[in-house]
Amino acid sequence: MNLILSYAVVGLVLGCLYALTASGLVVTYTTSGIFNFAHGAIGMFMAFTYWQLAVGWHLPVPLALALVVLVLAPLSGALIERLIVRPLYGASLGITLVVTLGLLLLLLGLADAIWPPVTTRQLPSIFPGQFRVFSVVVTFYELMVLVVSVAVAVGLRFLFTHTRVGITMRAVVDDRDLTARAGASPVRTAQLSWALGASLAALAGILIAPLQYLDQFNLTLLVVTGYAAAVVGRLRSLPLTVAGALLLGLVQSFATGYLPTNLLSDIGPAIPMGLLFIALLVRRQERLTQARLTGQRSRRVLDLKPSLFLAGGFIALSVVMSEVLSPGNLLTYGQGIVLGVVMLSLVLLTGYGGQVSLCQMTLAGLGAFCMGKIAGGNSLLGLVAAVVLPAAVGGLLALVVLRLRGIYLALATLAFAYSMDYLFFNHFLGFGGILAVGRVAAQSQKGFLVEASVLFAVLGVGVLALRRGSFGRRLAALNDSEAACASIGMNITAVKVTVFVVAAGIAGLGGALYGGWQGQVGPDDFQMLTSLILLLLVTLGGIDTVGGAFAAAIFYAFSPVIQRHIPISNFQLLAVGAGAIFLGRNPGGFAGQLSLVADRLRLRAGSAGVPITAPAASSVDGAGSRSGAPSGEAVRLAGSH
Amino acid sequence: MPAATEGLTTPAERRAAIPALELMDLRVGYGRVEVLHDVTLVVPRGAVVALMGPNGAGKTTLLNVAAGLLEPTQGCVHVSGIHVNGVAPEVFARAGVCSIPEGRGVFPNLTVRENLRVFSHATSYSLGHLEAVAFEHFPKLAERRSQLAGTLSGGERQMLSMCRAFTSEPVILLLDEISMGLAPIIVGELYEKVGQLAASGIAILLVEQFAAAALGVADYAAIMRQGRIETVGEPADVAGSLSEAYLGRLSA
Repeated sequence: MNLILSYAVVGLVLGCLYALTASGLVVTYTTSGIFNFAHGAIGMFMAFTYWQLAVGWHLPVPLALALVVLVLAPLSGALIERLIVRPLYGASLGITLVVTLGLLLLLLGLADAIWPPVTTRQLPSIFPGQFRVFSVVVTFYELMVLVVSVAVAVGLRFLFTHTRVGITMRAVVDDRDLTARAGASPVRTAQLSWALGASLAALAGILIAPLQYLDQFNLTLLVVTGYAAAVVGRLRSLPLTVAGALLLGLVQSFATGYLPTNLLSDIGPAIPMGLLFIALLVRRQERLTQARLTGQRSRRVLDLKPSLFLAGGFIALSVVMSEVLSPGNLLTYGQGIVLGVVMLSLVLLTGYGGQVSLCQMTLAGLGAFCMGKIAGGNSLLGLVAAVVLPAAVGGLLALVVLRLRGIYLALATLAFAYSMDYLFFNHFLGFGGILAVGRVAAQSQKGFLVEASVLFAVLGVGVLALRRGSFGRRLAALNDSEAACASIGMNITAVKVTVFVVAAGIAGLGGALYGGWQGQVGPDDFQMLTSLILLLLVTLGGIDTVGGAFAAAIFYAFSPVIQRHIPISNFQLLAVGAGAIFLGRNPGGFAGQLSLVADRLRLRAGSAGVPITAPAASSVDGAGSRSGAPSGEAVRLAGSH
Repeated sequence: MPAATEGLTTPAERRAAIPALELMDLRVGYGRVEVLHDVTLVVPRGAVVALMGPNGAGKTTLLNVAAGLLEPTQGCVHVSGIHVNGVAPEVFARAGVCSIPEGRGVFPNLTVRENLRVFSHATSYSLGHLEAVAFEHFPKLAERRSQLAGTLSGGERQMLSMCRAFTSEPVILLLDEISMGLAPIIVGELYEKVGQLAASGIAILLVEQFAAAALGVADYAAIMRQGRIETVGEPADVAGSLSEAYLGRLSA
């Protein structure tokens, strides 16, 4: 009996911590409409700042605490809103995701650079000591967490129902424009909510940290478990969020107490993500959403002839590179190419189809697994399996997450990737977690590079052909407006499952190539974080163009080379993060920027400077057909020939 | 329309002659598509102007410019003689523009009282005073004060959104199709309230499909077509060109 109570107390405390995190997340999401993936990272960064003040610079604990939670965190929250979030209002969901993910990476990289993880850091205990309730030992720290959480919950409740500023925050959620018409500034209100959210994140980060050593990655992800609670609250309702958080804490605590040790070490870390997955699946089906116009123009899709020409040029480039590059640089170049194949799958799935996936590296890992395990690790059979098995898993995943859209789909794929890290890659890759993976056909380094380049080129041409065809038009239409697709009788399910299957197959092939290039793979190769970096990279390159995947691959390949010449550590993490947070201003990425320049040159050449008049007007107040046949025609009218 | 200030002697007279709203030579576009071409419209202090015209003429766009939600690419917007181009819509609201959008003038997930609380941003009155004013004009809302606005009937919702006009005492009220989807008897009640607002000296610019209802309260009427204002005049004068604007010109 005592044992149960003890675990209940621990679970309750954990639940309170999750509740703090999740309510901060809900507050910012509801008022700004932007899901802050960096919420945990802000908490982590603030916990480190607190350590710096209290331990590093020996400030008194209460002063350091007040300084961080009441001054620094709200200030940085407001600053983040001003600089990073504000350009995002009205942007597509994919971009908002990538920008906050970029912020997460940036904060991780910064914290890693400022506080190198070579020394262990521990936060000072605020209230040491303990007492007994019914012979259950409760520490003062636990009591404090309970008191603070209840106070925050009551405070938030009061804020949102009894103060004008709180009610206005809810009004902004309902109708941004109307709030402005009523005389309140929606921008200021959202900024305030980001300050409040950052403050709550800092509080949660500082309170969670004493449970373990300060560690950038763990702390960020520990807060990620708060996502599950927020989803239980449907990202809107604070009471439901708190209930979900408490449930999560209790389940985790009892699992720690009663599961056998070996099973616990296997599935323990995946429990919150499992709960997140379940919470997502039992959500009520949301209504099909109407599209809104997100861009000014639709991207031109390359025709067959130029795409073949560019593919040939790319293969020639790789042949030259394989001759001139030093072995070390050749290795990173090849890495870029094989990961480029995985990124192609993102172009198809996320760029064209609008289905945000945070688990492409997981699928690639499955590909590498098939390649390495089947028939000696270097057979054609293995390569086929490396395409088929991930494709099947992708199809299954698509069926499971079919009714999820937007942010919920992204969270579900995140939960899938995170769970697979622990449940699969940590156990099944082979002895010591290392799996040897062979190559098919060319065995030499140079030969395999050319082989991978040819595959990338063929897939690139194939993805473009797919986009130009009828399936591609359906995909683009799905990306635009599911409601419109459903109303004309299009089979949304078939299109979604197909695109997931094809993209997963491409990712699996990329994984097999990745394994072949490295010679071996380990669990670290396919971490969720790698999927995030990949998504960021390809979005930076330009996610709705094959050229974007190519640009991202080249950047990935050469960032270690740049790293060698500059004194900043974590260059790749910082560059990707910093680049991504500016995507709010240039949603087309690098390739989008290029095509804008190309369009401008073409206009200046004066071949056809027809201004858009009537045809575009319909796409402005209508369903905003950013892609698909009709607007393609409109753009051709305006742009070229 | 009177727009000149010459010949007026006292400052009070001159102030009274400054129009509530002046839109001068407006060009407005969405992206590269221009939808308002050189539109000029003046709403004198205390006057009711009905803006009419077929779908897609640019009426709502014009109201959105006057509410500060859209910035013109060219031209000026003056509210009681003050140049307000380029400022945020909430500043328009505090400068005395009360704009009620078509069909969605309330916050559906807030209660009636909470709606009034948000409406109080544009005034300096206390919440108690606002509630008193609102419930005096629309007693039905008093019974519903703790109910979510989204659960109100269409008419009640429109009443709640009209409360903003009564509580914020604006210089100019912009009304976009308040009759949309409502029963004629409710439309009648609402226009009674519009009449009251006009009588209290608030200038009103209203867009309406029910020409009879609008012309009944209007001092002036303007007819818009294809992004231009075609005719301005007293209601009796424009009644003829109205059917032409909606149905097309009879060509010989």
